[in-house]
Amino acid sequence: MLQRYFVFLFLTGFALVTAAPVLIAAAPYESTMGLIQKIFYFHVPSWIAMFTAIGVCGVASVRYLVTRKPSADRLALSAAELTVVFGLIGLLTGPLWGRKAWGHYWQWDAKLTTALVLWLIFAAYNLLRRFGGPGSERLAAGVALFGMANVPFVYWSAHIWRTVHPKTSVVMTLGPGMRPAFYWSAFGFLLILGALLAARVRLETLRASIDDAYLSAEDL
Amino acid sequence: MQAPQPAPAPPPAQDEFVPISQLPASEQLPAAPLLIAAYAVVWIVLAVYVWTLWKRFWRAEQDLKQLAGRLPPAK
Repeated sequence: MLQRYFVFLFLTGFALVTAAPVLIAAAPYESTMGLIQKIFYFHVPSWIAMFTAIGVCGVASVRYLVTRKPSADRLALSAAELTVVFGLIGLLTGPLWGRKAWGHYWQWDAKLTTALVLWLIFAAYNLLRRFGGPGSERLAAGVALFGMANVPFVYWSAHIWRTVHPKTSVVMTLGPGMRPAFYWSAFGFLLILGALLAARVRLETLRASIDDAYLSAEDL
Repeated sequence: MQAPQPAPAPPPAQDEFVPISQLPASEQLPAAPLLIAAYAVVWIVLAVYVWTLWKRFWRAEQDLKQLAGRLPPAK
């Protein structure tokens, strides 16, 4: 079972590694930023994967708060961890793009600051689950809902406030030559998210069954 | 009837050449190392995460083996 997840993960990762740079290299240069704009092809997909993971975490947290099903909590925890992973990729690749495009690694503008705050909320979720002790699941589910409510602010911040960051509408208006590279990369990131999420949930289920078995063994 | 708009003024004639070393730092930076660094970040972060996941699976399997040793043999 475990091997199957990792074979799937390896295949999706391999597909992304081999094909994405070919498509990205073939995509036309953007008129004002030139070569550095090609960071877009893995910077934006990492945020798409992060927002998807937040959606999964938020919905699973609501389900856990309503039904108290441990499976919903395990899914929420796994998605929250992957939110931090994909958010970290976005937060590290963005400044490398910004260094060339804006002349600075970081600007405390609305888009960047709200994205950092969102990532910190899910980092806090994971710290809460790691060190919060018994009962932290319910509190963490509340934190996840608070985090999910922040997503529209991050998404629309470039439209509402004056910011150096490009608007999200650039994705919808991509030139035909740029679309294959972007959609392939986004698909690859979502496949990797799915594979890692499946593996992470499997780990949490395994841990839960070990805990149950230990408790049963003590009763014998 | 609207009056015809005047044509936009052409950019002023260049009166000096600026050596590339005097350009702002943002315009002097080569893009390729930053692009490669960003691509490396993607795979380093994912590889480290997969490694930690693998390690946690391995630990869980060790716990399972230890647990199997504690249980009485099936009759």
